[in-house]
Amino acid sequence: MKAKIHVTLKNGVLDPQGKAIGHALGNLGFGGVGDVRQGKYIEIELAEKDRNKAEAAVKQMCEKLLANTVIENYTVELV
Amino acid sequence: MKAAVVVFPGSNREHDMVDALERSSGQKAQLVWHSESDLPKVDLIVLPGGFSYGDYLRTGAIAAHSPIMREVKKRADQGVPVLGVCNGFQILCESGLLPGVLLTNESLRFICRNVSLKVERSDSLFTRRYNAGDVLSVPVAHGMGNYFADAKTLDTLEGEGRVAFRYCTSEGAVNAEGNANGSARNIAGIYNAKKNVLGMMPHPENATDPKLGSISGKPLFDSIAEALA
Repeated sequence: MKAKIHVTLKNGVLDPQGKAIGHALGNLGFGGVGDVRQGKYIEIELAEKDRNKAEAAVKQMCEKLLANTVIENYTVELV
Repeated sequence: MKAAVVVFPGSNREHDMVDALERSSGQKAQLVWHSESDLPKVDLIVLPGGFSYGDYLRTGAIAAHSPIMREVKKRADQGVPVLGVCNGFQILCESGLLPGVLLTNESLRFICRNVSLKVERSDSLFTRRYNAGDVLSVPVAHGMGNYFADAKTLDTLEGEGRVAFRYCTSEGAVNAEGNANGSARNIAGIYNAKKNVLGMMPHPENATDPKLGSISGKPLFDSIAEALA
């Protein structure tokens, strides 16, 4: 099983990299670009076959290490 | 005073820290490699500056979970003083010993210069040789020093007198102009609830000798040496 994890900054947390990307897109002539937010995408191969157990384990990984829940949200997709 | 300075892969200010501690205490601190699970019995633990693990994932995040940090947390809970400077502060936040997190500087630039700092209180073991309101000149060297916590946490920190230092102008005004990196409420350093753990972004160890251009960081090490003598 593979876990696909997205980690994104919470609303209201300053995202200077997203801002810089937004500016650069504007400089390239792309119109209509609104707020840009940058996040992380992490893939993890899991030996676990049980979907519920895998989900619980990945959730712990996110809480303990992969995301800092003071500033970040995460979503997990198992495939 | 016996001190241990923890070294992570990517730490780079550990020797400056050892020098500063020796200047004030007369004793050489021990360097301890991060993969050790045993920490010598010491009076002070220091997490120095640098870029542990290349700032992978989030700054300080990987170091915060290295074997030695379990022991550092245990000692901190027992009341052993812990000082984290720059990356050390980031690691303390990621490990949960201090609240909040350090974000990218508001300017998006790496800042390497002396900044003005206001001392908030002089009754902690780290600041007893200062007076509340003293304005210091101490270097910073960071790209991610922008302190962030939610409003409730910030109110708690201020309500419990846990702000150690604030960025200010050279005249001591705590305002947007004096805020080096966009930190919430100009916060440059904070204590834990028991005030035995201090984390700060500026480098007091690099302001302990006239040859370095400022000695306003020296009273911090004098304070520690005096308190733990």
